Amino acid sequence: MNSANYLYLSALLFTIGAVGVVIRRNAIVVFMCVELMLNAANLTFVTFSRINGNLDGQIVAFFTMVVAACEVVVGLAIIVTIYRSRRSASVDDANLLKR
Amino acid sequence: MINYALALGQTAKPEAVLFYILAPLAVAAAIGMLVVKKAVHSAILLAWVMVTLAIFYIAQDAAFLGIVQIVVYTGAVMMLFLFILMLVGVDSSESLTETIKGLRWIAITASVGFGGLLISLLGRATLGRTSVGLVDANANGNVEGLAQLIFSNYVWPFEVISALLITAAVGAMVLAHHERTVKRVTQREQSQARFRSGSLAAAAGLPGPGVFALHNAVDVPALLPDGTPAAASISATLKARGDMLDSAQYQLDNNDNVEEDK
Repeated sequence: MNSANYLYLSALLFTIGAVGVVIRRNAIVVFMCVELMLNAANLTFVTFSRINGNLDGQIVAFFTMVVAACEVVVGLAIIVTIYRSRRSASVDDANLLKR
Repeated sequence: MINYALALGQTAKPEAVLFYILAPLAVAAAIGMLVVKKAVHSAILLAWVMVTLAIFYIAQDAAFLGIVQIVVYTGAVMMLFLFILMLVGVDSSESLTETIKGLRWIAITASVGFGGLLISLLGRATLGRTSVGLVDANANGNVEGLAQLIFSNYVWPFEVISALLITAAVGAMVLAHHERTVKRVTQREQSQARFRSGSLAAAAGLPGPGVFALHNAVDVPALLPDGTPAAASISATLKARGDMLDSAQYQLDNNDNVEEDK
């Protein structure tokens, strides 16, 4: 099987994640869509590591996972803080700068 | 078992079968993530996508990453997501209504273009290239190969990443820390406030859920002595979700009871 199929799959997943970031209103779901995009990028790294025959891509994917874990921890803490002050997890309700 | 999976994945045919079964499922789950209304369902579908990706990693000779994907992503990250979902409240902003008019169609049209661009670029990048494969790179084992790279070429990024992890942990603690601005109301003060509130009806505290004798589940409001359901006996979250049963159907029928007594 052609390894490029994995790349096409990851491009699809990345695009779906991007759509989710734009159209969903719940901050937590938006965040999950960002995670989906990160995962898709990881699949690309792993596939290119296999195509090129060295492990560097896998190392980068591993680092991406660690960064994603940090991002989730801080992001969810921000969501909890916003929820505490505004009683809502919707991205539309965080509009203090607008008024 | 992992070795067996690796051996199976390296041959061309089984990998293709695996891919063509799992890839459409992953894409379907990802699309479902955008369509379903409840955030919890989105989380479950995302967990499925992540498990699928872990299987693909293992099929592509990245056994260590496959395991890390399951442990870190579907284990830790998804549990964190579900934990925050439960903390923030499952009922919060589940609507799919669009606030900017036509945003959905603009997003879908733009994403079709973007996805097409991405796929064509990736296709060009890999056109006419045969996959080298990781047999040589994994000659001493996948974990050993990765460890050698991490502690030689990538030792500096590795240290930076550790600093990032600590910063993230401290940052999350600072963000989630909640300084109490008013004094905590003690149980004794609560009780005194109930008695001094004017009416003695609230003095005994809120009624518990469930109906006397026939049904005492948490989603069934308690019955007051006059037969009306006590809405205050149900948790606010259950009420907001609409998971409240009608307690009248579980009301004790006096006639039946009398007959049993005879």
